[in-house]
Amino acid sequence: MNRSLHYVAAEIGVTVEDLSGWIERRWVLPVRAGKNPALDDADRARVRMILDFHRDLAIDDEAMPVVLDLLDRLHAARAQLRAVLEAVAVLPEPAQSVILRKIQGETEQ
Amino acid sequence: MNDPYKTLGLAKTASADEIKKAYRKLAKQHHPDLNPGSAEAAAKFKDISGAYDLLSDTDKRARFDRGEIDASGQERADSSFYRSYAGGPQGARYRSNAGFDPSDIFADMFSRAGQGGRGGGFNEFRMRGGDLSYTLTVDFLEAAKGAQKRLSFPDGRTLDVNVPLGAETGTVLRLRGQGQPGAGGGPAGDALIEITVEPHPLFRREGNNVLVDLPVTLTEAVLGGKINVPTIDGPVSMTVPAGSNSGTRLRLRGRGIAPRSGSAGDQYITLKVMLPKEPDAALSDFIRNWPGREYDVRGV
Repeated sequence: MNRSLHYVAAEIGVTVEDLSGWIERRWVLPVRAGKNPALDDADRARVRMILDFHRDLAIDDEAMPVVLDLLDRLHAARAQLRAVLEAVAVLPEPAQSVILRKIQGETEQ
Repeated sequence: MNDPYKTLGLAKTASADEIKKAYRKLAKQHHPDLNPGSAEAAAKFKDISGAYDLLSDTDKRARFDRGEIDASGQERADSSFYRSYAGGPQGARYRSNAGFDPSDIFADMFSRAGQGGRGGGFNEFRMRGGDLSYTLTVDFLEAAKGAQKRLSFPDGRTLDVNVPLGAETGTVLRLRGQGQPGAGGGPAGDALIEITVEPHPLFRREGNNVLVDLPVTLTEAVLGGKINVPTIDGPVSMTVPAGSNSGTRLRLRGRGIAPRSGSAGDQYITLKVMLPKEPDAALSDFIRNWPGREYDVRGV
């Protein structure tokens, strides 16, 4: 469900100023940007994550963009890996076996 | 749950500062968003944050130390962690924001394969299927007493879901293996079902307590009497004490929601004194001649 900036700030327990700052720095990319941004479930989970990182893990404003960037790259890589695996899964059986053997052969060196 | 002191690796005498330090150290290792895909980290973090919730609250900690409460804490729904979304369509705008060109990984992998170099680091093609999210609306009594609901999936499957007793709006049920099928013989994902509880015309909830506003007649309020009170398990007879007022709160002990573990909640009844629907001449006459008719209720 989409929620307003003020709603999310109250729901999660951050100040509107902090949350606006996170959006300005593109740590959070609201599903609807602009003057009255709307945040969906993924945005709100991300706000919670940033708050956890900040408050519980003591990651400061300097380190936060590095952490978020690496995390986003990790998820992008995982998504691509999943796409490859899904592509392999629809190949005919002999082709799957060739790929499987190739990979297992390499990892057992 | 385990002993919260042991979970955080602390002595019973640990200071608030030591508790915070121990929690931060463990959270950095086990926060689910730093361990995407790891069910072990999620379980571990649940224990750690539960222990921290308890020990960081001086009041709760003291009560735990005295043995008054046990260490079961509030569980945080899986859907509240960003990693639940990061791999899905909603996470796409963040993945591309990372300045990451999806075609890079393929170019990289295929050029390595051509050189006979090492490809990716994965050694099997088994891939767990994705989780699927659903919402399920239940009425107040179903949530209060537990119920079985039939859920129809978009692909035509149906599934009987046990709505746990005491479920609240936002409760998320995880049905193992009911999500998307796995790839390459991998296990299926899970279905995550978020519950919405519809409001009831009579009952409201406050934790395990049930609240009811109950109209009573002027006669019952002044003289007292036995009345029937609706509860989630059907009507119960109850005595209204003589001289009750609008706003008087009565308790039916143990008539609230009875969770499987822990003690049952109570039902609280707030009385609302009602005059007869039609003006009654005899009542008006009585009040007009009633010696005590001028009485102070506003304290001015």
